[in-house]
Amino acid sequence: MSWFKRDKPTDEKLPKLEDSQRKVRTEGLWQKCEGCRQIIWKKDLEVNWNVCTKCGHHFRLDAPARIKLLLDEGVFETHDHCLTSSDPLHFVDSKPYSERLKAFQASTGLSDAVIAASGRLDGRTVQVCVMDIRFIGGSMGSVVGEKIARAIERSIGGHMPLVIVSASGGARMQEGAVSLMQMAKISAALMRMDEAHLPYISVLTDPTTGGVTASYAMLGDLNIAEPGALIGFAGPRVIEQTIRQKLPEGFQRSEFLLKHGMLDAIVPRLEMKQYISRALKFFMA
Amino acid sequence: MVDPEGKTATPEEPPRELDPAWRRVLLARHPKRPHSLDYIQRICNDFHEIHGDRLFGDDPAIVTGFADFDGRQVLFVMEQKGRTTKEKIHRNFGMPKPEGYRKALRAMQMAAKFDRPIVTFLDTAGAYPGIDAEERGQAEAIARNLREMARLPVPVVVVCISEGGSGGALALGVGNVILMMENAVYSVISPENCANILFRDTGRAEWAAGALKLTAEDLNALGMIDEIIPEPPGGAQDDWDTAAANLRLHLAGRFRELSIMSADQLVEHRYAKFRKMGNFFA
Repeated sequence: MSWFKRDKPTDEKLPKLEDSQRKVRTEGLWQKCEGCRQIIWKKDLEVNWNVCTKCGHHFRLDAPARIKLLLDEGVFETHDHCLTSSDPLHFVDSKPYSERLKAFQASTGLSDAVIAASGRLDGRTVQVCVMDIRFIGGSMGSVVGEKIARAIERSIGGHMPLVIVSASGGARMQEGAVSLMQMAKISAALMRMDEAHLPYISVLTDPTTGGVTASYAMLGDLNIAEPGALIGFAGPRVIEQTIRQKLPEGFQRSEFLLKHGMLDAIVPRLEMKQYISRALKFFMA
Repeated sequence: MVDPEGKTATPEEPPRELDPAWRRVLLARHPKRPHSLDYIQRICNDFHEIHGDRLFGDDPAIVTGFADFDGRQVLFVMEQKGRTTKEKIHRNFGMPKPEGYRKALRAMQMAAKFDRPIVTFLDTAGAYPGIDAEERGQAEAIARNLREMARLPVPVVVVCISEGGSGGALALGVGNVILMMENAVYSVISPENCANILFRDTGRAEWAAGALKLTAEDLNALGMIDEIIPEPPGGAQDDWDTAAANLRLHLAGRFRELSIMSADQLVEHRYAKFRKMGNFFA
């Protein structure tokens, strides 16, 4: 004798569903936390700016949400949003770079991997550039270079502080040496910012590697990072291949960089605005 | 053609033509190609090396020193590869560590203090990707060089002599004038790594070399460099003296041009040069 008995066959009780319909009903509502392995209701996560409500693990945050988090009442003006890459190399791999750009523009709603905006941070007018990792890995090409260089010039012209939030795999391969030279272009502009004695705060988020780390992300008057972010010059895979050994636990994470003297502070996302506001009070009257 | 058995033999396939860009990559890495110190012996007199970054150590992958060049006192800052196995290991295969870039900056700021012009030679596969380099801030060292080179109040001439490997080369590459040897390459990523990222297949490196537009002609057309220095027929590896003589001639000419500029003009000139780099639709 069985312990439990179905009073009716299930297919009579429930409407029949195709496999694809089943997926739609549950997909994307829950997220497994990479930090504590618990399952989190995704809405809770979004309300908490993509920080795990249970363990404080920082998930990646896209650029529009980041700007809302940093600027007062989420009010801001964007700049240079019509700049788009002209594909100087006519780069074609499995599909043309120009088509790849269009696909990313459609899927993210961004024109390239950075949003340049100005707004108020605790009442103080600031220039903010926020990179978005979703757009070709947050890679830096001509457009990112030009938008950040112009933001620096606006800061100098308007005597305003600058905040750049980095999230990038590095220079954009598809624009070759042109994207490499953006590193020098932005760094030179930061030299002028430095000579103008205006504060530049670099915020490093997961992940910041390659040519972005090796130029403006490391040149802040303050370099601050979110907890647990991957930050480095060479990617961990490249290093493993070069030295042919396993990398130690926590290598190239924010805490590692803080210990080695490369960061001023590690600041949790929910305290970031407050921290920047406090720092700017030190730098400017 | 008929072979002894009476069958028609298929004509042998002609040897495949290498992609011209890939041929340049192979030439730039040619084992007999002159390195920085080979040029130094031929273009200037009384060269004295200076060592150390005053912070951590001395990196043999970057050589800095002063010399007489064309009647001037000039600072040379150069990436140096080794030729024998022993030398290669000593020079870390020409891959600088943070202390190398910091030594370079220290030397350049010293030259600026005494109003001496600077020449840099780029020749590296890239900055060293290792645990110790990351611990000591490879990214920070490169970034600082980019910013500080932008404000040097003296003439800076950059020559990519063979392999310009991404940020590791650019860290010495912010100059008033950027020259490239005819068979040198300068790229944001090596063709092998590019092929690996796009196709998970380093065998497509030859294709990637063409796609990356990394030759001197390509970069000249893109406006990234100022001039191409011709090499002897076949490449610099066959005739170091002629290659060095050409290099000397171009360097001397550029110094004469830059020597009439004031410190402010030099900084402004360098800034304007990099500021206009970038291709986009507004």
